[in-house]
Amino acid sequence: MKRVLLYFLIGILFGITMMKSEAASWFRIYEMFQFKSFHMYGIIGAAVCLGVLITQLIKRYKLRSFFGEEIHIAPKPKLVSAPLIGGAIFGLGWALTGACPGPIYVLIGAGYLPLLVVMVFAILGTYCYGWIKPRLPH
Amino acid sequence: MNLLLDPWPWYIGGPAIAVVLFLLLFSEKRFGMSTNLKTLCSIAGAGKKIPFFAGDWKANRWGLIVALGAATGGFIAANFLTNGSVGLINQEVVRELNQMGIAGAGSDFMPAALFGNNALLQPKILLLLALGGFLIGFGTRYAGGCTSGHAISGLSDLQWPSLIAVIGFFIGGLFMNHFILPYLL
Repeated sequence: MKRVLLYFLIGILFGITMMKSEAASWFRIYEMFQFKSFHMYGIIGAAVCLGVLITQLIKRYKLRSFFGEEIHIAPKPKLVSAPLIGGAIFGLGWALTGACPGPIYVLIGAGYLPLLVVMVFAILGTYCYGWIKPRLPH
Repeated sequence: MNLLLDPWPWYIGGPAIAVVLFLLLFSEKRFGMSTNLKTLCSIAGAGKKIPFFAGDWKANRWGLIVALGAATGGFIAANFLTNGSVGLINQEVVRELNQMGIAGAGSDFMPAALFGNNALLQPKILLLLALGGFLIGFGTRYAGGCTSGHAISGLSDLQWPSLIAVIGFFIGGLFMNHFILPYLL
């Protein structure tokens, strides 16, 4: 139960961050793909720089979790076609709706109801991927 | 600057995302938002017909709790943590969008033409949102992650596939933004 509350609170922090930093704003994503503002690059860049530091410290010093266990970070599968083609397909949707999966949930909570349509079709898209996965290059 | 009410600059937003990553890693979890879409397929019973969705979705319940928290955070921020102002949007972008019929850049958080509740009554906008959603769902699962899983966690772990994925995100995103979107809006 304590853990459920922890995950929920982390989610709240994430949601507030997406709204307050405007990473969930369609305008910001449009501006980013136009290369006309540093804002989104600053956000992602700062997050990744600190993320590298956090991840490397965990690995080097074998840091333990809040619950005393060793932290395992699973490596991503060593693929090329899947991240490239799949990534480009996601990129098309990201630039169109201005939302990646995280902000979809955040924006629905913020009251932008048309994002419900985006979410329903995102679930459908995920379903279709699972269905034709065996026939796709990875 | 009032951190509670004003929009955050990038140097607050970026580190705040790193804090989210830190908290999830130290809770023995990953920072990945698109996996929830797969989990929802599994809950709906997709695993009976498609092996990709089989397996124990209960192991991913925590992700749904995070997503529920994210929606709650969105509600809190939109209703209690704003004074209605938004950050500065590039003036060229504002002008360009106005010409394309997308108003509100620099004054609203989201374009009402696409995300106002009236958008739900317009077949063309609904079609765009549906198409965009489908591409997001299909693409993120194909790529094995989205902005949180690849761009933030994957790059932080110096994973090559994540760098390839981020390059893919920008290939698709730039193509949509520069060559398709001007004709769709």
